[in-house]
Amino acid sequence: MARADANAGRIIDVCLTLTVALVFAGLTFAILSLPMAPVGLCDTVAAELDCSGVANPVTAVLLNFRGYDTLLEMGVLLLAVIAAWAVRRGTVPEPAAPGAVLTFLAGVQVPAMILVAGYLLWSGADAPGGAFQAGAILAAAGIMLWLAGRHRPGLLRGLPLRVGLVIGLVVFVAIGLFGALSGVSFLALPTPYAATLTVLLEIAAFVSIGLLLFDMFASVLHAGSNVKEKPAAEEWHP
Amino acid sequence: MSVPVLYSIVGIGLFCIALRAVILASEPLRAILAFNIMSSGVFLVLVALARRVPGPEPDPVPHAMVITGIVVAVSATAMAIVLACRLRTDDPLDEVD
Repeated sequence: MARADANAGRIIDVCLTLTVALVFAGLTFAILSLPMAPVGLCDTVAAELDCSGVANPVTAVLLNFRGYDTLLEMGVLLLAVIAAWAVRRGTVPEPAAPGAVLTFLAGVQVPAMILVAGYLLWSGADAPGGAFQAGAILAAAGIMLWLAGRHRPGLLRGLPLRVGLVIGLVVFVAIGLFGALSGVSFLALPTPYAATLTVLLEIAAFVSIGLLLFDMFASVLHAGSNVKEKPAAEEWHP
Repeated sequence: MSVPVLYSIVGIGLFCIALRAVILASEPLRAILAFNIMSSGVFLVLVALARRVPGPEPDPVPHAMVITGIVVAVSATAMAIVLACRLRTDDPLDEVD
């Protein structure tokens, strides 16, 4: 019986590998049959860059030209956090006693990480950077603080936490409505205010993304603290 | 075949290897990790294809899409891990071999 199962498993394995190889061949053929000299959207973006309020084309695309994608992304992040809150059980465990190296490093690195996050946020206008990169570093600083046990328990809960989590999305929608009310369209940043509005958007998104990502980390800790070892033998009682 | 096309074929290879790993995963965590690698392959394809434009600067629109995609992939991975842990906690039908 076991031998038949093993043979069946091997046949499935080979068939699956063949199918995946076919998929690979098909996708490679699709890539190789793309037009040789694509035009791309560089020139379109460069033409409109002056009225976008920022100098970096990627930031302009993210927050101005394709602001709708970013709005939906903030919504997806918030949705994931809410879903994780609904599903998780258990309590956040205390971190294992950190060694001397981690305690010292956390004390040295976390302020530097906050500074780097702030710098990345500000330099997003002219160079690679912006709200998402800075928010990720902020979340990492929070995680490092937690792992070293140097956070103040109870600092991030209740109303301030919830306000911080939603402020990115709220500011985004508000600025989008401002664009709609000033006659252009939803999420269009009018040129005279584009730079100021982009900075506002970035700051709100920065705070929100840092808190959202850190909250996902806390939810994973919650869920992981409750996982039991697989029982050796257990009767199932309905 | 130029260098960007080579990178995008590597990205497709990553995607296919991880696809096989997702289907053959024996545990939820392996499937989650394989999904992550699939998404890395897709991002590599997008970024590589953005390089094929004439001119010194790469195409900024796929770069913005990848930035959005990375953040969404991170939060989806975290959500999947929470679900996998909850699955492990609440499973009364563990098979006994």
